[in-house]
Amino acid sequence: MSLYIVEAEIMPKRGVNDPQGESVLSGLKLLGFDRTSKVRVGKLIRFQVEAESADAAHAQATEMCDKLLANPVIEEYELKVAEA
Amino acid sequence: MHVGVISFPGSNGDHDALANLESDLGVTVRRVDYRETRLTGLDAVVLPGGFSYGDALRCGAIARFAPVMTELQRASVDGLPILGICNGFQVLCEAHLLPGALLRNKTLKFHCHWTHLRFENVSTPWTNNLEVGEVLRLPVAHGEGSYFIGADELAQLEGNGQVVARYSDAAGNVVEAVNGSVNSIAAVCNESGNVVGLMPHPERATNDLIGGADGLKMLKSLLQAEPVAV
Repeated sequence: MSLYIVEAEIMPKRGVNDPQGESVLSGLKLLGFDRTSKVRVGKLIRFQVEAESADAAHAQATEMCDKLLANPVIEEYELKVAEA
Repeated sequence: MHVGVISFPGSNGDHDALANLESDLGVTVRRVDYRETRLTGLDAVVLPGGFSYGDALRCGAIARFAPVMTELQRASVDGLPILGICNGFQVLCEAHLLPGALLRNKTLKFHCHWTHLRFENVSTPWTNNLEVGEVLRLPVAHGEGSYFIGADELAQLEGNGQVVARYSDAAGNVVEAVNGSVNSIAAVCNESGNVVGLMPHPERATNDLIGGADGLKMLKSLLQAEPVAV
């Protein structure tokens, strides 16, 4: 068993309204960053998990995202797995 | 008629529901603690508004794991009338008892005002006292009430008549939802119709003394609903 650090990056799906992202974009434009576009606000969840291998840790994290961490109706996710 | 109102940690609409269902609808009410595992003796269950579990992760995402939810899931299959109001609606979506999800309001503001709803599905145990096209005036109070569902599921929802009500004007013309809900959807039901969820608060409109009684007209549906033993 090894310890792995998992990062789940959860983002609103394409086509799902992200009013937070739009507000952040308008703030950035007010600050003069006027070449900015397509701001999306998501969340990052980081945790440790014990597993036989990186693949096994990835499989566990996938199940966690599907069952709780992300809502598949509105969100998609990407996982990063690294040895702790 | 016995109606249970589930109290989750962070629910705040439970007392409104308990008080008004008892005094204005005239049913016997029971506060159901989220740790309970039996719903025996109840003819209907209400999931109230509020901020269960502090809205951690997503609204309703954690309440889904409360012990009482296992029994609610089972009772929903048996046809028990279940109504999710506001946070209760979010919980039912997260628990997959209703399709779709509720997103942050398009305006990013907390919306707290009276609104009109046009009812389309009046064959549910929560709407059978209404007529198709009937308009009710109900209050809303939510920050995350923008109903969303993917295009294919939306078509299915519309085709099945699972859209129970949409935001409208007083004359019943459907208007764009200020919270950004797709197709102006304010209330939906499951395929069998016994589980209904809506963002507006019928339990806060049960008496003219509190600003309106249209919610009571909707809730009276329950008195005519077919009894279900669970």
